[in-house]
Amino acid sequence: MAAVVTRPAEPASDNRGRLSRVLTRGRSLLGVVPFFAFVAVFLAVPTLEVTIGAFTGDDGQPTLSNVGALMNGYIVDAFISSILLSAVTAVLGAVFGALLAYVLVTAKEGGLLRRVVTAASGVLAQFGGVTLAFAFMATIGLPGFVTLFLRDNFGINIYSGGVWLYEMPGLVLVYTYFQIPLMVIVFLPALDGVRPQWREATESLGGSTWQYWRRVAGPLLAPAFLGSTLLLFANAFSAYATAAALVSQGSPIVPLQIRSALTSEVVLGQQNLGKAMALGMVVVVAVVMWLYALLQRRTAKWLG
Amino acid sequence: MAGLATGGLPPRRQGLMRRRARRQRAFRWVVVTVLGVFFLLPLLAMLEFTTRGAGGRLSFDTWRLLFDWGRLRATYPDLSVGITDSAGLVVLTVLLMLVLLVPTVIWVRLRLPRLRRVVEFICLLPLTIPAIVLVVGLAPVYAWVTYFLGGSSLTLTFAYTILVLPYAYRAIDAGLSSIDVRTLAEAARGLGAGWGTVMWRVVLPNIRSAVMSAAFLTVALVLGEFTIASLLNRSNLQVAINLLGKSSAGMSVAVSLAALVLAFVLLMLLSLVGGRRRGIPKENNS
Amino acid sequence: MTGSIEMAATARGDQRGVAVRLDGLRRRFGAVQALDGLDLDLAPGELVALLGPSGCGKTTALRVLAGLEETDSGRVLVDGRDITTTPANRRDMGMVFQAYSLFPHLTAQENVEFGLRLRKRAAGERRRRAAEMLELVGIGAHAGRYPHQLSGGQQQRVALARALAIEPQVLLLDEPLSALDAKVRVQLRDEIRRIQVEVGTTTLFVTHDQEEALAVADRVGVMRDGRLEQVGPPADIYLRPATPFVADFVGLSNRLPGRVVTGAVEVLGSRLPLVDPVGAPKDAADVTALVRPEAVDVAADPDGTGRVLAVSFLGPTSRVTVELPDDVLVVAQVASARLAELASGTAVRVELHPVPTALA
Ligand SMILES: Nc1ncnc2c1ncn2[C@@H]1O[C@H](COP(=O)(O)OP(=O)(O)O)[C@@H](O)[C@H]1O
Ligand SMILES: [Mg+2]
Repeated sequence: MAAVVTRPAEPASDNRGRLSRVLTRGRSLLGVVPFFAFVAVFLAVPTLEVTIGAFTGDDGQPTLSNVGALMNGYIVDAFISSILLSAVTAVLGAVFGALLAYVLVTAKEGGLLRRVVTAASGVLAQFGGVTLAFAFMATIGLPGFVTLFLRDNFGINIYSGGVWLYEMPGLVLVYTYFQIPLMVIVFLPALDGVRPQWREATESLGGSTWQYWRRVAGPLLAPAFLGSTLLLFANAFSAYATAAALVSQGSPIVPLQIRSALTSEVVLGQQNLGKAMALGMVVVVAVVMWLYALLQRRTAKWLG
Repeated sequence: MAGLATGGLPPRRQGLMRRRARRQRAFRWVVVTVLGVFFLLPLLAMLEFTTRGAGGRLSFDTWRLLFDWGRLRATYPDLSVGITDSAGLVVLTVLLMLVLLVPTVIWVRLRLPRLRRVVEFICLLPLTIPAIVLVVGLAPVYAWVTYFLGGSSLTLTFAYTILVLPYAYRAIDAGLSSIDVRTLAEAARGLGAGWGTVMWRVVLPNIRSAVMSAAFLTVALVLGEFTIASLLNRSNLQVAINLLGKSSAGMSVAVSLAALVLAFVLLMLLSLVGGRRRGIPKENNS
Repeated sequence: MTGSIEMAATARGDQRGVAVRLDGLRRRFGAVQALDGLDLDLAPGELVALLGPSGCGKTTALRVLAGLEETDSGRVLVDGRDITTTPANRRDMGMVFQAYSLFPHLTAQENVEFGLRLRKRAAGERRRRAAEMLELVGIGAHAGRYPHQLSGGQQQRVALARALAIEPQVLLLDEPLSALDAKVRVQLRDEIRRIQVEVGTTTLFVTHDQEEALAVADRVGVMRDGRLEQVGPPADIYLRPATPFVADFVGLSNRLPGRVVTGAVEVLGSRLPLVDPVGAPKDAADVTALVRPEAVDVAADPDGTGRVLAVSFLGPTSRVTVELPDDVLVVAQVASARLAELASGTAVRVELHPVPTALA
């Protein structure tokens, strides 16, 4: 590789120069072969596998029946639950996360609060999964700390209406627990981009604090806030581990439906139905991420 | 004159901005307290849960067992296997990520700028492909991996490298954007350095902290991964915790807490590394 | 353009600007005394430049006047009214920042309309006034552009239009040109002056660039460590610096050995009158005199004691560095037309013009 040398461009008529340039370029491309080979095998093949499998029957013939089966009642229900769960926790996470992020930017720069909260957010947002499920079992599971504390000291039974931790309400709670930190991470850069001059300019032009938020900071942060909310939605929609560890009865959301399709070897044709559901998930996430990218571009222009 | 003015001031004089600052401080405290309770309560509950002895007394048996490797391996063989597998996966994935990504990204910047968008798109693609979807497509690929390399859990490193691509890429790309790679490379080439020297001795040292953060993120992500390991029937830390939860809740909660704390310490270190990088003045400060 | 004058005039009758007084302002940040008893008067319609090195408290003074910063003591009076405790948004002051102050989500036109919108002016009036202001600052053609589509100089023009659109009592400019290229800086500086004269708003202009301050201001206040060293018309500041600090900071000065002789100072054989004869040391004291390059004359002379060391060409004038006996270096400013006779190494004679001189 050390032998490859780029020459300054020779006169265009020089064929030898052109040839050597083509060779150089070919050898440059060699440098990226390992990367592309790897992603081809471990990213492109699985993606194709899912896409093609979604349209293939058990007999190996192309079919639309897998995709058609997505219209089955229980799968539609799972998609609706997944979308609701993701939307609710995205909004909750976005609101509380934005408040926390605001607190961080108004705190001292490079201070301890900001450092600790950012690091903790990184852990809770990305690390999540099984660990968080167990954290909440220890907190408000049947033998959990809070459950026992409330029962013993106040005679309150949080499960008087049934044990909701292992159902949708429990998922909302635990998901919110990792959505808020994610919001902090993705919204913080946008808040950092808001310049103090804008507030001062507004003030000197006669604007009140309310007018500043309504006419300047609000509109400026809206795309970033919306985009972050979408990202949170995609995050919750893709999440699997928490639900897998928490929910043992039934499969209320799509990832759990996929699991049961993958693991049940009894029912034939389930494998490819799983692929159809997986494709459905990719479509939802891709649309959401595309919108996110659009909003992100605007944010970069305003607050970059 | 000035002394006179101070003496004759109405009390609201000092107020306005300070009052606003006070209100903001109060707001900050409310938010931090409420969310602090929400976030710390489960962690404290875990601590309480794992130190709950018979008859409501404090007991550190679970923690003592967790830090006694010999006894742990005898008592919970699955857990010890999970921990070793995760440790191995961390090392392998960091190495594979670095070997695959760092030279490629630098090389593309230097020699193939037209491929930059493509590489970026590919690296960010896993963000739109949930792990649960990836695992569906990976099943047949892993049939081949098992055929060639055996069924060891360590083979998960291939899938994990895909999972960490977006985060690692962003970290490294940000590092490269903060230096002028082209000028550095041209300067080095002008002094007679080959491309290998340029990448290894000139560019890499300048993005060391970015590479560090990519590595830290990889560690955290691998330690927390469950979906793929579980559905490909391999073992790792999270799979072991989940399995253990059915028989010995106390130990699984203790391991969860230990893993969370470990990840937190890692990211705290990362923020210190990143903090040092922020010391360099930004270009628009002039 | 004439329209805007009429408007300003009708809005305020024949009074075209208001008097501003800063009275004994003090402000401390931790260990730093940013303002240390600052007194400054601005006459109606006057443009005063606050000049001083970085960190001397210029911005703090301007922000106190704007109401964006509180004082520990002292008063701010506008038109005789004490507004020390009035919040910034009721002070009616137009402010132009160093950079990045335009709202990025609004076009130039909308930025200029912003203050009027807050004042609930009718849409038609708003639009007309904004267009007029953009015309006044010379970028009517770019009214529909967003800030990121404008150059730095254009952005500052919009910021100026935005500040003027609300017909402020006082216009405040905090280093509005320091983020711009040298050429744009000079051009915009002159235009700011033209516009200020045209609208007649009392203006405080903060800068660390002495050339800029001298060029735009009716009067210049030189600041040091939170207080004023000297206030006066640019020519006074330049030709009769009251203190060594002013002499040093404003313009380039030679530091030459001299001796006090009854109200004057003798330097290199010439007698120069003193700026401050009363405060001077007693006769025959050895002092260092601050002599401007313009007050130094050099002429080729085979018998001269000096020798040209270096020449730097600055356009119409040039600077010639001359070495004298005893290792004394003198910088002189000469017309570039004379450079032919002053090549490096030429023997020269040095003479000083008898202008008022400050002592270090
Ligand atoms: N908000 C603040 N907090 C702490 N110190 C400040 C603050 N604002 C200004 N200072 C300090 O006060 C001094 C004067 O600052 P400033 O008025 O901005 O100077 P200038 O504009 O002349 O460069 C500086 O030493 C600066 O560090
Ligand atoms: Mg300043």
